[in-house]
Amino acid sequence: MATPMLRWCCPGRRWIFAGIGGGSRHGRGVPTGSTSSGKKGQSSVAQQPLITAQKPRKGEREWAAVVGLEIHAQIASNSKLFSGSQVDFAAPPNSLVSFFDASLPGTLPVLNRRCVEAAVMTGLALDCHINRKSLFDRKHYFYADLPAGYQITQQRLPIAVNGSLAYSVCVGKRWSQMVTRTVGVKQIQLEQDSGKSLHDNLRSQTLIDLNRAEGQLRVDANISVHHPGEPLGVRTEVKNLNSARFLAKAIDYEIQRQISELENGGKILNETRSFDYKLGCTVPMRDKEGKQDYRFMPEPNLPPLLLYDSGSLPTGADPQQVIDIDQLRERLPELPRVTREKLVRQYGMLPEHSFALLNEVGLLEFFQNVIKETRAEPKKVTSWVLNTFLGFLKQQNLAVSESPVTPSALAELLDLLDRKAISSSAAKQVFEELWRSKGKTPAQMVAEKKLELMQDAEALEQLCRSMLEAHPQVVTDVKKGNPRAINKLIGLVRRATLGRADPTVIKEVLERQLSS
Amino acid sequence: MWTRAVWLGLRAAAGGRRGFTSKADPQGSRQVTAELIEHLERLALVDFSSQEAVARLEKAIAFADRLRAMDTDGVEPKESVLEDRCLYLSSDNVVEGNCAEELLQNSHRGVEEYFVASPGNISWPKLDEKEPFSHH
Repeated sequence: MATPMLRWCCPGRRWIFAGIGGGSRHGRGVPTGSTSSGKKGQSSVAQQPLITAQKPRKGEREWAAVVGLEIHAQIASNSKLFSGSQVDFAAPPNSLVSFFDASLPGTLPVLNRRCVEAAVMTGLALDCHINRKSLFDRKHYFYADLPAGYQITQQRLPIAVNGSLAYSVCVGKRWSQMVTRTVGVKQIQLEQDSGKSLHDNLRSQTLIDLNRAEGQLRVDANISVHHPGEPLGVRTEVKNLNSARFLAKAIDYEIQRQISELENGGKILNETRSFDYKLGCTVPMRDKEGKQDYRFMPEPNLPPLLLYDSGSLPTGADPQQVIDIDQLRERLPELPRVTREKLVRQYGMLPEHSFALLNEVGLLEFFQNVIKETRAEPKKVTSWVLNTFLGFLKQQNLAVSESPVTPSALAELLDLLDRKAISSSAAKQVFEELWRSKGKTPAQMVAEKKLELMQDAEALEQLCRSMLEAHPQVVTDVKKGNPRAINKLIGLVRRATLGRADPTVIKEVLERQLSS
Repeated sequence: MWTRAVWLGLRAAAGGRRGFTSKADPQGSRQVTAELIEHLERLALVDFSSQEAVARLEKAIAFADRLRAMDTDGVEPKESVLEDRCLYLSSDNVVEGNCAEELLQNSHRGVEEYFVASPGNISWPKLDEKEPFSHH
């Protein structure tokens, strides 16, 4: 136990609903990837612009929903938050448990420096104010995987507060428009995680493994509804949500449930519910009846946690015992927001493209490697990476690292296209071939399949002229003003050239010849 | 300041041992009702099984209530007696663990290397199911 956890929650995203009806919800749920920390923090959301789902029917009043998220993330450290036992996944039960983790009397918590650094860096990345002094508390409740009967957390004064996170949402019909939204982060706190319970219903017993709890990233949602202008409603907490998709479903369901309940004259209980995946609804959790009283008290064995910056570092202090926020700020990697801004500036891509490049693991690196090796325009590269390449990956459910096409291969292909050595439809063909079979370069494939564009302009002119002569009816149709009739001719010429002529060039030649 | 407060407390305690009863404190401490006992028992998993135990609780509350006699105007509340101590930070090294066998010896029941607990959370009989404490 004593696995380090980071918890943060983002309350208060507001939706307006009228009666029963859907509202818009964001496509992306819980942020992933950047949360390697195992700390728990709580964050609250700032006021959000209201999204109106539909116009209220006559006589019905509008509803606004407020949602807060508590996100639990496990810190990537070698040892636990308060003990020196190892943090690891697949270890034999109770093998990574020290006397403190087993809550044996006489043991004391010892704070892990790495966990504090991780909490500060997370706070900095989320634009929080870092509290120079933060405190530890005990939160009491009984459960078999919590042998101490309490959890050490930071309830009164957490390590970081008042941050925010900008994210993108696809809105509009067909989700074509991308807008940027901001969610507030109320606080980030360090806390212990519990152990793991395995329920054996057959033998009516629960098996306890105190190594660590399951799930590197867990989310609980707090949901309430109210009429705009009136005070906030009673909130329920929905637990047991383990994917972004179910998180969204559960929140939507709970909002509707509360609205229905209140419109039918019922009341909302301040209770904990869990999400039933099969039924797609939230249900009250049995063993959490009645209001929980956690009897918070200061953790008597831990002094306040003091943090410093370059201006306030105590002289002559042991560097191992002192945490400098400014130093940690310098160690932060480039934040996604900054990377995205750079991409937009440098390559002239749309913001949504920058989001798409960063949202797939390894995709940005792939993109940058192609850019390095090709002479093609960045816009062309962006389009090919985000549409063609990503499309193939998604179709076969592959990660970027598993791609059969290397950045060099794509770069070479784009060079051929850029030089107009091949048409774009030929390029797509070659790409498909590259995806399917290994060992051949794009140039080799082009040569083998004779996909090179005709370079002989004279031969093309000749071909077009003879095609026009052979199809006088089509010529008449075009001259009569039917613009689409020319497509038949283009098709015929293309076939005659075995696909080696660019359709746009063919069209140009034919039109020129027709008008003369 | 702190030592002065302790001195006051000790003096009060000395006075208290001479026949302090569990009357309701005029400064407003609550009556200890059966519902409150039930609630506390559920929260702390402690069994107040006799009237004597409840009486002791009331005395303890009254004793602690005497803190209100102290004038704390302008005094910054202490968060912890360790306020002036330095919080030690350990380096992130694995130095413990690997003692499952030893730990499991403490357990009444075990299955392979797991501790065993009853299913569900710790249950507590409801007020009407439980026998009234006063008759013990």
